[in-house]
Amino acid sequence: MLTLDPATLVGSDYADGSIYSNPDLYDMEMERIFMNTWIWVAHRSQLSEPGSFITTFVGPHPVIVSRDRKGDVHVVLNRCRHRGATVCEHKSGKASSFVCPYHGWAYGLDGALRSVPYQDGYSGQLDKAAYPLVRLRVEEYNGLIFATFNQHISSLDTWLGRARLWIDLFMKQGAGWPVKTMGEHRFTFPGNWKIQLENTTDAYHFPVVHKSFLDSVDSETQNIFDFVEGSGFVEDLGHGHSVMVMIPELVDLEANLEIPIPERFQYLADELSKDYPPEQVRRIVRAVGGSGFNLNLFPNLACSMAFFRVLRPLGVNQTEVRHIAIGMDGGPDIANEARLRLHEHFQGPMGFGTPDDSEAWDRVQRGSLAGRDIAILLNRGLGREARRESGNLFGDVSAETGMRAAYRQWLAAMTDTSFSGDAEA
Amino acid sequence: MSIALDQAIELVTQEADLLDHGEFTQWLSLYTTDGLYIVPIDPSGDDFEKTLNYAYDNAHMRKLRVQRLLGGRAISAMPPARTVRLLGRYRLLDSSDTWCKLRCAQILTELRQGRERYYAANITFVLVQTDTGLKIDRKIIRLLTSTEALTAVSYIL
Repeated sequence: MLTLDPATLVGSDYADGSIYSNPDLYDMEMERIFMNTWIWVAHRSQLSEPGSFITTFVGPHPVIVSRDRKGDVHVVLNRCRHRGATVCEHKSGKASSFVCPYHGWAYGLDGALRSVPYQDGYSGQLDKAAYPLVRLRVEEYNGLIFATFNQHISSLDTWLGRARLWIDLFMKQGAGWPVKTMGEHRFTFPGNWKIQLENTTDAYHFPVVHKSFLDSVDSETQNIFDFVEGSGFVEDLGHGHSVMVMIPELVDLEANLEIPIPERFQYLADELSKDYPPEQVRRIVRAVGGSGFNLNLFPNLACSMAFFRVLRPLGVNQTEVRHIAIGMDGGPDIANEARLRLHEHFQGPMGFGTPDDSEAWDRVQRGSLAGRDIAILLNRGLGREARRESGNLFGDVSAETGMRAAYRQWLAAMTDTSFSGDAEA
Repeated sequence: MSIALDQAIELVTQEADLLDHGEFTQWLSLYTTDGLYIVPIDPSGDDFEKTLNYAYDNAHMRKLRVQRLLGGRAISAMPPARTVRLLGRYRLLDSSDTWCKLRCAQILTELRQGRERYYAANITFVLVQTDTGLKIDRKIIRLLTSTEALTAVSYIL
Protein backbone atom coordinates (compact mmCIF):
# COMPACT_ATOMS: atom_id res chain seq x y z
CA MET A 1 0.00 0.00 0.00
CA LEU A 2 1.23 3.47 -0.82
CA THR A 3 1.80 5.63 2.19
CA LEU A 4 -1.26 7.75 2.66
CA ASP A 5 -0.58 11.31 3.74
CA PRO A 6 -3.78 13.12 4.76
CA ALA A 7 -1.93 16.44 4.61
CA THR A 8 -1.76 16.13 0.82
CA LEU A 9 -5.56 15.90 0.61
CA VAL A 10 -6.80 18.83 2.67
CA GLY A 11 -5.76 22.45 2.52
CA SER A 12 -7.05 25.46 4.41
CA ASP A 13 -9.83 26.12 1.89
CA TYR A 14 -10.18 22.99 -0.23
CA ALA A 15 -10.19 19.20 0.02
CA ASP A 16 -9.45 16.58 -2.57
CA GLY A 17 -12.55 14.74 -3.78
CA SER A 18 -11.05 11.40 -2.73
CA ILE A 19 -11.57 12.22 0.97
CA TYR A 20 -15.11 10.89 0.55
CA SER A 21 -14.19 7.60 -1.08
CA ASN A 22 -10.69 6.46 -0.13
CA PRO A 23 -11.15 3.31 2.01
CA ASP A 24 -7.66 3.53 3.52
CA LEU A 25 -8.31 7.10 4.60
CA TYR A 26 -11.59 5.94 6.14
CA ASP A 27 -9.81 3.26 8.17
CA MET A 28 -7.35 5.90 9.34
CA GLU A 29 -10.24 8.18 10.39
CA MET A 30 -11.79 5.40 12.44
CA GLU A 31 -8.51 4.99 14.33
CA ARG A 32 -7.25 8.55 14.59
CA ILE A 33 -10.53 10.40 15.03
CA PHE A 34 -13.19 8.01 16.31
CA MET A 35 -10.89 6.19 18.76
CA ASN A 36 -9.01 9.29 19.87
CA THR A 37 -11.42 12.07 20.62
CA TRP A 38 -14.62 12.65 22.56
CA ILE A 39 -17.57 10.97 20.83
CA TRP A 40 -21.14 11.78 21.86
CA VAL A 41 -23.00 8.67 23.06
CA ALA A 42 -26.14 9.70 24.94
CA HIS A 43 -28.26 12.39 26.53
CA ARG A 44 -28.79 12.21 30.28
CA SER A 45 -32.54 11.70 29.88
CA GLN A 46 -31.94 8.41 28.06
CA LEU A 47 -30.52 7.02 31.33
CA SER A 48 -33.15 8.40 33.62
CA GLU A 49 -32.84 5.93 36.50
CA PRO A 50 -30.41 3.43 38.02
CA GLY A 51 -30.17 0.36 35.79
CA SER A 52 -31.13 2.27 32.62
CA PHE A 53 -29.00 1.44 29.61
CA ILE A 54 -28.82 2.08 25.89
CA THR A 55 -26.68 0.41 23.26
CA THR A 56 -24.95 2.56 20.68
CA PHE A 57 -21.64 2.94 18.87
CA VAL A 58 -18.38 4.81 19.20
CA GLY A 59 -17.32 4.91 15.57
CA PRO A 60 -17.61 1.26 14.48
CA HIS A 61 -17.41 -0.10 18.05
CA PRO A 62 -20.63 -1.31 19.73
CA VAL A 63 -20.94 0.00 23.30
CA ILE A 64 -23.36 -0.11 26.21
CA VAL A 65 -24.06 3.14 28.05
CA SER A 66 -25.57 2.52 31.47
CA ARG A 67 -26.32 4.17 34.80
CA ASP A 68 -25.45 2.07 37.84
CA ARG A 69 -27.17 1.97 41.23
CA LYS A 70 -25.01 4.80 42.54
CA GLY A 71 -25.97 6.94 39.56
CA ASP A 72 -22.61 6.75 37.80
CA VAL A 73 -22.61 6.46 34.02
CA HIS A 74 -20.47 3.78 32.37
CA VAL A 75 -19.60 3.20 28.74
CA VAL A 76 -18.27 -0.29 28.03
CA LEU A 77 -17.55 -2.22 24.87
CA ASN A 78 -20.42 -4.56 24.01
CA ARG A 79 -18.09 -7.51 23.76
CA CYS A 80 -17.73 -10.49 26.08
CA ARG A 81 -14.13 -10.92 27.25
CA HIS A 82 -14.34 -14.67 26.70
CA ARG A 83 -15.03 -15.16 22.99
CA GLY A 84 -16.17 -11.74 21.85
CA ALA A 85 -19.97 -12.09 21.56
CA THR A 86 -22.11 -9.03 22.23
CA VAL A 87 -23.61 -9.22 25.70
CA CYS A 88 -26.65 -7.01 24.96
CA GLU A 89 -28.75 -6.60 21.82
CA HIS A 90 -31.56 -4.41 23.19
CA LYS A 91 -31.60 -0.78 22.06
CA SER A 92 -32.53 0.38 25.54
CA GLY A 93 -33.98 -0.91 28.77
CA LYS A 94 -33.30 -1.58 32.42
CA ALA A 95 -30.95 -4.26 33.67
CA SER A 96 -28.99 -5.25 36.75
CA SER A 97 -26.42 -7.21 34.76
CA PHE A 98 -25.44 -8.23 31.23
CA VAL A 99 -25.09 -11.97 30.62
CA CYS A 100 -23.32 -13.27 27.54
CA PRO A 101 -25.70 -15.64 25.74
CA TYR A 102 -22.86 -17.90 24.57
CA HIS A 103 -21.25 -19.25 27.76
CA GLY A 104 -23.07 -17.29 30.44
CA TRP A 105 -20.36 -14.91 31.64
CA ALA A 106 -22.19 -12.26 33.68
CA TYR A 107 -21.13 -8.63 34.05
CA GLY A 108 -22.32 -5.80 36.27
CA LEU A 109 -23.52 -2.44 34.93
CA ASP A 110 -20.02 -1.07 35.53
CA GLY A 111 -18.59 -3.87 33.38
CA ALA A 112 -17.13 -5.92 36.26
CA LEU A 113 -17.06 -9.65 35.55
CA ARG A 114 -19.22 -11.11 38.31
CA SER A 115 -19.62 -14.78 37.54
CA VAL A 116 -18.41 -17.47 35.16
CA PRO A 117 -20.26 -20.80 34.86
CA TYR A 118 -18.38 -24.06 35.54
CA GLN A 119 -15.33 -22.24 36.85
CA ASP A 120 -13.53 -25.48 37.78
CA GLY A 121 -12.43 -25.78 34.17
CA TYR A 122 -10.11 -22.85 34.76
CA SER A 123 -8.38 -24.63 37.69
CA GLY A 124 -8.56 -21.49 39.77
CA GLN A 125 -6.49 -19.63 37.19
CA LEU A 126 -9.18 -17.18 36.01
CA ASP A 127 -8.76 -13.80 37.69
CA LYS A 128 -12.20 -12.25 37.18
CA ALA A 129 -10.86 -8.80 38.07
CA ALA A 130 -8.67 -8.97 34.96
CA TYR A 131 -11.59 -9.45 32.57
CA PRO A 132 -14.20 -6.71 32.92
CA LEU A 133 -15.99 -5.40 29.87
CA VAL A 134 -13.55 -2.89 28.38
CA ARG A 135 -14.34 0.55 29.80
CA LEU A 136 -14.16 3.78 27.90
CA ARG A 137 -13.55 7.11 29.55
CA VAL A 138 -16.84 8.99 30.17
CA GLU A 139 -17.54 12.64 30.87
CA GLU A 140 -20.71 14.73 30.77
CA TYR A 141 -21.48 18.36 30.05
CA ASN A 142 -24.98 19.81 30.59
CA GLY A 143 -26.68 16.48 29.92
CA LEU A 144 -24.52 15.54 26.94
CA ILE A 145 -22.57 12.33 27.64
CA PHE A 146 -19.38 11.68 25.70
CA ALA A 147 -16.96 8.74 25.70
CA THR A 148 -13.47 8.14 24.39
CA PHE A 149 -11.03 5.25 24.05
CA ASN A 150 -8.20 7.68 24.73
CA GLN A 151 -7.31 7.90 28.42
CA HIS A 152 -4.82 10.71 27.86
CA ILE A 153 -6.57 13.47 25.91
CA SER A 154 -7.68 16.59 27.71
CA SER A 155 -10.96 16.72 29.63
CA LEU A 156 -14.32 17.05 27.91
CA ASP A 157 -14.64 20.59 29.29
CA THR A 158 -11.37 21.54 27.64
CA TRP A 159 -12.36 19.79 24.41
CA LEU A 160 -15.74 21.53 24.18
CA GLY A 161 -14.16 24.81 25.27
CA ARG A 162 -15.92 27.75 23.67
CA ALA A 163 -18.76 25.53 22.45
CA ARG A 164 -20.03 25.12 26.03
CA LEU A 165 -21.74 28.51 26.03
CA TRP A 166 -23.72 27.45 22.96
CA ILE A 167 -24.68 24.11 24.52
CA ASP A 168 -26.05 26.06 27.50
CA LEU A 169 -28.05 28.30 25.16
CA PHE A 170 -29.36 25.29 23.25
CA MET A 171 -30.62 23.65 26.45
CA LYS A 172 -32.89 26.64 27.11
CA GLN A 173 -35.38 24.76 24.95
CA GLY A 174 -36.45 23.09 28.19
CA ALA A 175 -38.19 26.41 29.03
CA GLY A 176 -37.22 25.86 32.67
CA TRP A 177 -37.78 22.10 32.65
CA PRO A 178 -34.98 19.63 32.00
CA VAL A 179 -34.52 18.70 28.35
CA LYS A 180 -35.54 15.15 27.45
CA THR A 181 -35.27 13.08 24.30
CA MET A 182 -38.60 12.15 22.66
CA GLY A 183 -37.79 9.50 20.08
CA GLU A 184 -35.70 9.63 16.95
CA HIS A 185 -35.64 9.23 13.20
CA ARG A 186 -32.83 7.06 11.85
CA PHE A 187 -31.83 6.85 8.23
CA THR A 188 -28.82 6.06 6.11
CA PHE A 189 -27.50 7.75 3.00
CA PRO A 190 -25.01 6.33 0.52
CA GLY A 191 -22.21 8.77 1.21
CA ASN A 192 -19.27 9.63 3.43
CA TRP A 193 -19.82 10.91 6.99
CA LYS A 194 -17.99 14.19 6.34
CA ILE A 195 -20.64 15.25 3.81
CA GLN A 196 -23.20 15.39 6.63
CA LEU A 197 -20.67 16.98 8.99
CA GLU A 198 -20.15 19.83 6.50
CA ASN A 199 -23.89 20.31 5.94
CA THR A 200 -24.66 21.31 9.52
CA THR A 201 -23.12 24.75 9.16
CA ASP A 202 -24.01 25.19 5.48
CA ALA A 203 -26.60 27.96 5.26
CA TYR A 204 -25.85 28.37 1.56
CA HIS A 205 -27.77 25.21 0.60
CA PHE A 206 -30.90 26.01 2.56
CA PRO A 207 -32.91 28.15 0.11
CA VAL A 208 -31.79 25.93 -2.78
CA VAL A 209 -32.31 22.44 -1.37
CA HIS A 210 -35.25 23.23 0.88
CA LYS A 211 -37.54 25.05 -1.56
CA SER A 212 -40.25 22.44 -1.09
CA PHE A 213 -40.10 22.79 2.69
CA LEU A 214 -40.31 26.57 2.42
CA ASP A 215 -43.29 26.17 0.07
CA SER A 216 -45.05 24.23 2.81
CA VAL A 217 -44.87 26.82 5.59
CA ASP A 218 -46.64 30.14 6.15
CA SER A 219 -45.10 33.39 4.90
CA GLU A 220 -44.04 34.48 8.39
CA THR A 221 -42.05 31.28 8.79
CA GLN A 222 -40.64 31.66 5.28
CA ASN A 223 -39.32 35.08 6.28
CA ILE A 224 -37.71 33.66 9.42
CA PHE A 225 -35.93 31.04 7.28
CA ASP A 226 -34.81 33.61 4.72
CA PHE A 227 -31.46 34.07 6.42
CA VAL A 228 -28.75 33.64 3.78
CA GLU A 229 -28.33 37.37 3.31
CA GLY A 230 -29.36 38.21 6.86
CA SER A 231 -27.26 39.29 9.80
CA GLY A 232 -26.45 35.77 11.00
CA PHE A 233 -22.91 34.41 11.16
CA VAL A 234 -20.78 31.28 11.36
CA GLU A 235 -18.19 31.17 14.11
CA ASP A 236 -15.20 28.89 14.57
CA LEU A 237 -15.22 27.70 18.19
CA GLY A 238 -11.95 25.77 18.08
CA HIS A 239 -11.29 21.99 18.09
CA GLY A 240 -13.34 21.64 14.90
CA HIS A 241 -16.52 22.91 16.53
CA SER A 242 -18.52 25.74 14.99
CA VAL A 243 -21.83 27.49 15.31
CA MET A 244 -24.04 28.85 12.54
CA VAL A 245 -26.45 31.49 13.76
CA MET A 246 -29.32 31.73 11.28
CA ILE A 247 -31.84 33.63 13.37
CA PRO A 248 -29.95 36.03 15.67
CA GLU A 249 -33.05 36.98 17.68
CA LEU A 250 -33.46 33.31 18.64
CA VAL A 251 -29.96 32.78 20.04
CA ASP A 252 -31.07 33.27 23.64
CA LEU A 253 -34.56 31.85 24.01
CA GLU A 254 -35.06 33.72 27.29
CA ALA A 255 -34.21 37.13 25.88
CA ASN A 256 -36.58 39.65 24.27
CA LEU A 257 -39.67 37.60 25.11
CA GLU A 258 -41.81 40.63 24.30
CA ILE A 259 -41.44 39.95 20.55
CA PRO A 260 -44.92 39.07 19.22
CA ILE A 261 -45.75 35.37 19.19
CA PRO A 262 -45.64 33.96 15.63
CA GLU A 263 -49.10 33.41 14.19
CA ARG A 264 -48.52 29.69 13.74
CA PHE A 265 -48.09 29.34 17.52
CA GLN A 266 -51.04 31.50 18.57
CA TYR A 267 -53.27 28.45 19.11
CA LEU A 268 -50.59 27.06 21.44
CA ALA A 269 -50.31 30.31 23.38
CA ASP A 270 -54.10 30.47 23.78
CA GLU A 271 -54.22 26.92 25.10
CA LEU A 272 -51.25 27.37 27.45
CA SER A 273 -52.74 30.61 28.81
CA LYS A 274 -55.38 28.52 30.58
CA ASP A 275 -52.71 27.02 32.84
CA TYR A 276 -49.71 29.34 32.84
CA PRO A 277 -49.01 33.05 33.46
CA PRO A 278 -48.27 35.19 30.36
CA GLU A 279 -44.50 35.34 30.90
CA GLN A 280 -44.24 31.55 31.11
CA VAL A 281 -46.52 31.08 28.10
CA ARG A 282 -44.14 33.21 26.06
CA ARG A 283 -41.17 31.28 27.34
CA ILE A 284 -42.73 27.89 26.47
CA VAL A 285 -43.90 29.01 23.03
CA ARG A 286 -40.45 30.45 22.30
CA ALA A 287 -38.86 27.15 23.33
CA VAL A 288 -41.21 25.17 21.07
CA GLY A 289 -39.94 27.09 18.04
CA GLY A 290 -36.37 25.99 18.76
CA SER A 291 -33.04 27.78 18.81
CA GLY A 292 -31.92 30.00 15.96
CA PHE A 293 -28.59 28.23 15.49
CA ASN A 294 -26.86 24.98 14.60
CA LEU A 295 -23.97 24.00 16.84
CA ASN A 296 -21.68 21.49 15.16
CA LEU A 297 -19.52 19.49 17.57
CA PHE A 298 -16.68 17.63 15.90
CA PRO A 299 -16.96 14.83 14.94
CA ASN A 300 -20.42 13.33 15.48
CA LEU A 301 -22.98 15.55 17.24
CA ALA A 302 -24.92 18.62 16.23
CA CYS A 303 -27.27 20.58 18.44
CA SER A 304 -29.30 21.61 15.45
CA MET A 305 -31.98 24.25 16.04
CA ALA A 306 -34.45 22.01 17.85
CA PHE A 307 -32.99 18.48 17.83
CA PHE A 308 -29.81 16.44 18.17
CA ARG A 309 -28.26 15.25 14.92
CA VAL A 310 -25.93 12.30 15.41
CA LEU A 311 -23.85 10.75 12.67
CA ARG A 312 -22.26 7.32 12.58
CA PRO A 313 -19.93 6.22 9.81
CA LEU A 314 -20.94 2.77 8.55
CA GLY A 315 -18.34 2.58 5.80
CA VAL A 316 -16.46 4.93 3.52
CA ASN A 317 -19.60 5.50 1.44
CA GLN A 318 -22.38 4.78 3.92
CA THR A 319 -23.49 6.89 6.90
CA GLU A 320 -26.25 6.60 9.46
CA VAL A 321 -27.89 9.81 10.64
CA ARG A 322 -30.15 10.10 13.68
CA HIS A 323 -32.45 13.04 14.28
CA ILE A 324 -33.35 12.89 17.97
CA ALA A 325 -36.40 14.91 18.98
CA ILE A 326 -36.18 16.75 22.28
CA GLY A 327 -38.76 18.30 24.56
CA MET A 328 -39.52 19.56 28.04
CA ASP A 329 -39.34 16.90 30.74
CA GLY A 330 -42.43 17.68 32.79
CA GLY A 331 -43.56 20.43 30.44
CA PRO A 332 -47.06 20.72 28.99
CA ASP A 333 -48.08 17.87 26.66
CA ILE A 334 -49.45 20.26 24.07
CA ALA A 335 -46.08 22.01 23.79
CA ASN A 336 -44.16 18.75 23.45
CA GLU A 337 -46.67 17.51 20.86
CA ALA A 338 -46.18 20.72 18.88
CA ARG A 339 -42.44 20.03 18.90
CA LEU A 340 -43.02 16.47 17.66
CA ARG A 341 -45.18 17.73 14.77
CA LEU A 342 -42.54 20.32 13.81
CA HIS A 343 -39.86 17.60 13.90
CA GLU A 344 -41.96 15.30 11.70
CA HIS A 345 -42.57 18.13 9.24
CA PHE A 346 -38.90 18.67 8.36
CA GLN A 347 -36.84 15.80 9.75
CA GLY A 348 -36.43 12.14 9.10
CA PRO A 349 -36.87 9.93 6.06
CA MET A 350 -40.42 11.15 5.38
CA GLY A 351 -39.93 14.79 6.35
CA PHE A 352 -40.14 17.71 3.94
CA GLY A 353 -36.46 18.57 4.41
CA THR A 354 -34.31 15.54 5.15
CA PRO A 355 -34.95 13.55 1.94
CA ASP A 356 -33.75 16.53 -0.10
CA ASP A 357 -30.61 16.84 2.03
CA SER A 358 -30.03 13.12 1.62
CA GLU A 359 -30.42 13.47 -2.15
CA ALA A 360 -27.82 16.25 -2.28
CA TRP A 361 -25.32 14.25 -0.20
CA ASP A 362 -25.89 11.13 -2.27
CA ARG A 363 -25.05 13.17 -5.36
CA VAL A 364 -21.91 14.64 -3.80
CA GLN A 365 -20.72 11.08 -3.13
CA ARG A 366 -21.40 9.94 -6.71
CA GLY A 367 -20.23 13.11 -8.43
CA SER A 368 -17.02 13.36 -6.44
CA LEU A 369 -15.85 10.05 -7.92
CA ALA A 370 -15.55 11.76 -11.31
CA GLY A 371 -12.03 12.59 -12.46
CA ARG A 372 -8.84 12.79 -10.39
CA ASP A 373 -7.18 15.58 -8.39
CA ILE A 374 -10.21 17.86 -8.47
CA ALA A 375 -10.83 19.98 -5.40
CA ILE A 376 -13.94 20.24 -3.26
CA LEU A 377 -14.18 23.99 -2.61
CA LEU A 378 -14.33 25.23 0.97
CA ASN A 379 -13.48 28.87 0.27
CA ARG A 380 -16.84 30.64 0.47
CA GLY A 381 -16.78 33.74 2.67
CA LEU A 382 -12.99 33.83 3.08
CA GLY A 383 -12.82 37.48 2.12
CA ARG A 384 -15.37 38.53 4.72
CA GLU A 385 -14.03 36.87 7.86
CA ALA A 386 -13.00 38.74 10.99
CA ARG A 387 -12.13 37.98 14.61
CA ARG A 388 -14.13 38.59 17.74
CA GLU A 389 -12.52 39.99 20.88
CA SER A 390 -12.52 36.40 22.13
CA GLY A 391 -10.26 35.52 19.21
CA ASN A 392 -12.97 33.48 17.48
CA LEU A 393 -12.91 33.66 13.71
CA PHE A 394 -16.32 34.37 12.19
CA GLY A 395 -17.85 34.89 8.78
CA ASP A 396 -21.25 35.71 7.36
CA VAL A 397 -23.97 33.11 7.80
CA SER A 398 -23.34 31.43 4.46
CA ALA A 399 -19.55 31.38 4.79
CA GLU A 400 -17.83 28.00 4.85
CA THR A 401 -16.03 28.98 8.05
CA GLY A 402 -17.47 26.02 9.97
CA MET A 403 -16.31 23.51 7.36
CA ARG A 404 -12.83 25.01 7.34
CA ALA A 405 -12.78 24.69 11.15
CA ALA A 406 -13.83 21.03 10.97
CA TYR A 407 -11.21 20.19 8.36
CA ARG A 408 -8.51 21.97 10.35
CA GLN A 409 -9.31 19.67 13.28
CA TRP A 410 -9.58 16.68 10.94
CA LEU A 411 -6.08 17.40 9.64
CA ALA A 412 -4.64 17.86 13.12
CA ALA A 413 -6.11 14.55 14.30
CA MET A 414 -5.11 12.70 11.14
CA THR A 415 -1.52 13.89 11.03
CA ASP A 416 -0.59 14.04 14.72
CA THR A 417 0.81 10.61 15.43
CA SER A 418 0.36 11.17 19.15
CA PHE A 419 -3.37 11.22 18.29
CA SER A 420 -4.29 14.14 20.48
CA GLY A 421 -4.14 16.97 18.01
CA ASP A 422 -6.23 19.98 18.89
CA ALA A 423 -6.71 22.58 16.19
CA GLU A 424 -7.22 26.18 17.15
CA ALA A 425 -8.56 28.76 14.75
CA MET B 1 -75.79 -4.36 6.53
CA SER B 2 -72.16 -4.44 7.69
CA ILE B 3 -69.46 -3.25 5.31
CA ALA B 4 -68.25 -6.33 3.45
CA LEU B 5 -64.65 -7.41 2.96
CA ASP B 6 -64.78 -6.95 -0.81
CA GLN B 7 -66.03 -3.35 -0.45
CA ALA B 8 -63.10 -2.57 1.85
CA ILE B 9 -60.62 -4.29 -0.47
CA GLU B 10 -61.95 -2.33 -3.43
CA LEU B 11 -61.21 1.01 -1.74
CA VAL B 12 -57.71 0.19 -0.50
CA THR B 13 -56.81 -1.33 -3.87
CA GLN B 14 -57.93 1.87 -5.55
CA GLU B 15 -55.70 3.81 -3.15
CA ALA B 16 -52.68 1.62 -3.93
CA ASP B 17 -53.26 2.02 -7.65
CA LEU B 18 -53.55 5.83 -7.45
CA LEU B 19 -50.34 6.10 -5.41
CA ASP B 20 -48.35 3.82 -7.74
CA HIS B 21 -49.52 5.84 -10.73
CA GLY B 22 -48.86 9.29 -9.24
CA GLU B 23 -52.54 10.28 -9.09
CA PHE B 24 -51.96 12.15 -5.87
CA THR B 25 -54.70 14.76 -6.16
CA GLN B 26 -57.27 12.06 -6.64
CA TRP B 27 -55.72 10.17 -3.72
CA LEU B 28 -56.53 13.09 -1.42
CA SER B 29 -60.24 12.65 -2.13
CA LEU B 30 -60.24 9.11 -0.72
CA TYR B 31 -59.88 10.42 2.84
CA THR B 32 -62.37 11.93 5.26
CA THR B 33 -61.85 15.54 6.35
CA ASP B 34 -60.66 14.39 9.77
CA GLY B 35 -58.76 11.44 8.36
CA LEU B 36 -55.22 10.67 9.47
CA TYR B 37 -52.35 9.08 7.56
CA ILE B 38 -49.79 7.77 10.06
CA VAL B 39 -46.42 6.04 9.73
CA PRO B 40 -45.38 5.23 13.31
CA ILE B 41 -41.90 4.37 14.57
CA ASP B 42 -42.90 2.39 17.67
CA PRO B 43 -44.14 -0.99 16.42
CA SER B 44 -46.56 -1.54 19.29
CA GLY B 45 -47.67 1.89 20.53
CA ASP B 46 -50.89 3.52 19.44
CA ASP B 47 -50.76 6.94 21.10
CA PHE B 48 -49.54 8.52 17.89
CA GLU B 49 -50.23 12.12 18.85
CA LYS B 50 -47.92 11.93 21.86
CA THR B 51 -45.06 10.10 20.15
CA LEU B 52 -42.70 10.74 17.27
CA ASN B 53 -43.78 9.26 13.94
CA TYR B 54 -42.26 9.26 10.46
CA ALA B 55 -45.48 10.89 9.30
CA TYR B 56 -48.56 12.08 11.15
CA ASP B 57 -50.63 13.77 8.46
CA ASN B 58 -53.99 15.42 8.85
CA ALA B 59 -55.79 16.75 5.77
CA HIS B 60 -53.59 19.87 5.65
CA MET B 61 -50.32 17.91 5.84
CA ARG B 62 -51.54 15.41 3.24
CA LYS B 63 -52.27 18.27 0.90
CA LEU B 64 -48.82 19.77 1.52
CA ARG B 65 -47.19 16.39 0.94
CA VAL B 66 -48.94 16.06 -2.41
CA GLN B 67 -47.99 19.62 -3.40
CA ARG B 68 -44.39 18.73 -2.59
CA LEU B 69 -44.47 15.65 -4.79
CA LEU B 70 -46.13 17.44 -7.68
CA GLY B 71 -44.43 20.83 -7.29
CA GLY B 72 -41.13 19.91 -8.92
CA ARG B 73 -39.13 21.78 -6.27
CA ALA B 74 -38.04 18.86 -4.08
CA ILE B 75 -34.84 17.38 -5.49
CA SER B 76 -35.56 14.00 -3.90
CA ALA B 77 -38.88 13.90 -5.78
CA MET B 78 -37.82 15.19 -9.20
CA PRO B 79 -39.21 12.86 -10.31
CA PRO B 80 -40.60 10.92 -7.32
CA ALA B 81 -39.47 7.34 -6.96
CA ARG B 82 -41.51 4.91 -9.03
CA THR B 83 -43.27 2.37 -6.88
CA VAL B 84 -45.12 -0.90 -7.23
CA ARG B 85 -47.02 -2.10 -4.19
CA LEU B 86 -48.93 -5.28 -3.60
CA LEU B 87 -51.56 -5.61 -0.92
CA GLY B 88 -52.74 -8.92 0.39
CA ARG B 89 -53.54 -11.03 3.47
CA TYR B 90 -56.72 -9.01 4.01
CA ARG B 91 -58.64 -9.48 7.22
CA LEU B 92 -61.66 -7.58 8.42
CA LEU B 93 -61.01 -7.09 12.13
CA ASP B 94 -64.29 -5.33 12.81
CA SER B 95 -67.24 -4.18 10.77
CA SER B 96 -70.60 -2.45 11.15
CA ASP B 97 -72.90 -0.64 8.76
CA THR B 98 -71.03 2.67 9.33
CA TRP B 99 -67.37 1.71 9.65
CA CYS B 100 -64.90 -1.15 9.44
CA LYS B 101 -61.32 -1.96 10.37
CA LEU B 102 -59.25 -3.78 7.75
CA ARG B 103 -55.76 -5.17 8.30
CA CYS B 104 -53.52 -6.23 5.45
CA ALA B 105 -49.92 -6.66 4.32
CA GLN B 106 -48.12 -4.41 1.85
CA ILE B 107 -44.94 -5.19 -0.06
CA LEU B 108 -43.60 -2.11 -1.83
CA THR B 109 -40.71 -1.89 -4.29
CA GLU B 110 -39.33 1.55 -5.12
CA LEU B 111 -37.01 2.44 -7.96
CA ARG B 112 -35.04 5.64 -7.98
CA GLN B 113 -31.75 6.47 -9.72
CA GLY B 114 -31.14 2.85 -10.59
CA ARG B 115 -31.57 1.64 -7.00
CA GLU B 116 -34.33 -0.75 -5.97
CA ARG B 117 -35.45 -0.66 -2.37
CA TYR B 118 -38.10 -2.66 -0.57
CA TYR B 119 -40.44 -1.87 2.26
CA ALA B 120 -42.76 -4.40 3.88
CA ALA B 121 -45.54 -3.15 6.13
CA ASN B 122 -48.62 -4.15 8.03
CA ILE B 123 -51.37 -1.63 7.31
CA THR B 124 -54.51 -1.04 9.33
CA PHE B 125 -57.29 0.95 7.68
CA VAL B 126 -60.34 2.42 9.35
CA LEU B 127 -62.94 2.98 6.63
CA VAL B 128 -66.18 4.89 7.19
CA GLN B 129 -69.40 5.26 5.25
CA THR B 130 -70.05 8.86 4.20
CA ASP B 131 -72.60 10.62 1.99
CA THR B 132 -70.19 10.14 -0.89
CA GLY B 133 -69.41 6.48 -0.23
CA LEU B 134 -66.72 4.62 1.67
CA LYS B 135 -63.72 6.76 2.72
CA ILE B 136 -60.45 6.24 4.56
CA ASP B 137 -60.62 7.70 8.05
CA ARG B 138 -57.31 6.31 9.23
CA LYS B 139 -54.37 4.55 7.63
CA ILE B 140 -51.64 3.27 9.92
CA ILE B 141 -48.59 1.96 8.11
CA ARG B 142 -46.42 -0.14 10.39
CA LEU B 143 -43.19 -0.69 8.52
CA LEU B 144 -41.43 -3.94 9.33
CA THR B 145 -38.22 -1.90 9.62
CA SER B 146 -39.73 1.07 11.49
CA THR B 147 -37.22 0.74 14.33
CA GLU B 148 -34.26 0.45 11.94
CA ALA B 149 -32.51 3.06 9.86
CA LEU B 150 -34.61 3.76 6.75
CA THR B 151 -33.58 5.53 3.58
CA ALA B 152 -35.24 8.70 2.27
CA VAL B 153 -38.90 8.01 1.44
CA SER B 154 -39.87 10.91 -0.81
CA TYR B 155 -43.19 9.40 -1.82
CA ILE B 156 -46.36 8.19 -0.14
CA LEU B 157 -46.26 4.73 1.41
